[in-house]
Amino acid sequence: MEQRLRARLRIDRGAFRLDVDLDLPQRGITALFGHSGSGKTTVLRAIAGLERAPGGYVALGDDVWQDDARGVFKPVHWRALGYVFQEASLFPHLSVRGNLEFGRKRVPAQARRFALEPVADLLGIGALLDRRPDGLSGGERQRVAIARALLASPRLLLMDEPLAALDLKRKREILPYLERMHEELALPILYVSHAPDEVARLADHLVLLDDGKVVASGPLTETLARIDLPPSFADDAGVVLDTMLAGHEEDALSRLEFAGGALLVGRRREPIGTHLRCRIHARDVSLVLARPEQTSIVNRLPAVVTAVAATDTPGHVLVQLRIGASPLLARITERSRRELGIEPGLPLWAQIKGVALLS
Amino acid sequence: MLDAADLAAVRLTLELATVVTLLLLALGTPLAWWLARTRSPLRHGVGAVVALPLVLPPTVIGFYLLLLLGPNGPAGKFTEALGIGLLPFSFGGLVLASVCYSLPFVVQPLQNAFDAIGPRPLEVAATLRASPWDTFWSVVVPLARPGFLSGAVLGFAHTVGEFGVVLMIGGNIPDKTRVVSVQIYDHVEALEYAQAHWLAGGMLVFSFVVLLALYTLYPQAVRGRR
Repeated sequence: MEQRLRARLRIDRGAFRLDVDLDLPQRGITALFGHSGSGKTTVLRAIAGLERAPGGYVALGDDVWQDDARGVFKPVHWRALGYVFQEASLFPHLSVRGNLEFGRKRVPAQARRFALEPVADLLGIGALLDRRPDGLSGGERQRVAIARALLASPRLLLMDEPLAALDLKRKREILPYLERMHEELALPILYVSHAPDEVARLADHLVLLDDGKVVASGPLTETLARIDLPPSFADDAGVVLDTMLAGHEEDALSRLEFAGGALLVGRRREPIGTHLRCRIHARDVSLVLARPEQTSIVNRLPAVVTAVAATDTPGHVLVQLRIGASPLLARITERSRRELGIEPGLPLWAQIKGVALLS
Repeated sequence: MLDAADLAAVRLTLELATVVTLLLLALGTPLAWWLARTRSPLRHGVGAVVALPLVLPPTVIGFYLLLLLGPNGPAGKFTEALGIGLLPFSFGGLVLASVCYSLPFVVQPLQNAFDAIGPRPLEVAATLRASPWDTFWSVVVPLARPGFLSGAVLGFAHTVGEFGVVLMIGGNIPDKTRVVSVQIYDHVEALEYAQAHWLAGGMLVFSFVVLLALYTLYPQAVRGRR
């Protein structure tokens, strides 16, 4: 049977109320996404047991961490979890190696899942082991914190905006390591973020939180393509497509195939057959009724309208389309929608102005 | 030069300060930890009681301890019932009085050091499988080291330097309660200024060296004191 993470949490702090009931697959990266104040960090802390949600229930597979109905509450240090905080929070009195060993030596030898050397290599910190934390850069510190959490042999890794305190350069430095962890370790990760790019790049599964409530939960591509979400999410609306690098054209373009069609992008250096994830913003998609002929836009794809919804911005609508098996969102004006007669079921052409490659 | 009585006073003073410092660390650590971590409304009252010796004249503390521990005081009756006898005018009484009198000098640096650690390292340790007891020894104690050091040094030095409380509760019994500060007083009263100089000058140098070392090694610990 598949292991799942179940969490029923209710916290009432007057102005802020959290009420979530999560049932998440225990594989890959699940992103907990929401605006600041939506309660995502509180959810993570309550799952870890750092915060008390009275009457709550938290279980990882058949390992029950909290069940207040039966008087069960495992203290944090009895839970097989790893936690990466926004700030690396390394112990300043220990060397990098001392920090890495801290959790590792507290796990019985037969229960250890990872050895120090491979984890240090995976995160590129092998050369830093004898350094003191205060001599490291922000990105190095956060990689040590991630390795330290992994070496505590967690069955679930909780990450609370691990990149939010870093500048863009450091973020770019760490993201590839997170992708490697994703590929190489069979470790489920619950990843809190308010950065759409991070989520689009890393997540397999998406939970959208708004004002203490779950507004959507499901596989990333399907959930991002939903248009029934609160309007506050519509500004960043866009879909993520999982594509495969299928070939190179003569004019320095590369062809990416996805379920339902193909996209042309600037020449990629990866070998043919590489899986690439790309993001298409709704605002970069325009709609044309007839096959567009005289246009500078290279990505023109036949699509069918599946739904239309209002957005936060007056006069604008979000159109959900389907290209073969893949979804697409377009953000257009209400006037265009009216003039073109865009309704569910209408076949038309989508012109894609920009494709952002995420890896 | 120092005579036998002076040396006995020095030995007694060092003994007293050592015992008192060890007791203060043992009692002050949990108390400071509680004061730093609790949200109980009691913390304000307890904090104020701990700080009382900072503002009260030593004679006031000595006076009430004398009443409390004397034959008619509740604590005195208790110690007699236990068969320990009465504490005033004994080394034990001196230790007890010194612990009360020097308590804030140990508790406050410790409390400041614990406060400065904040909750995050404790949370990190818990997510790395460390129990609260384990965390205290492996994270809190090393991080609060300047607090422990300055608390121990100040507690020791302050005990060496007390006079009023000693006189009230300990009296002036050679080898039992006659510490250096009292011995100096005796010399001055007897106009033995040369003798007084040796002891007083020694105290001055000792105190200066201790504080200089503390300010040099851990300036932040001393400045952090309220």
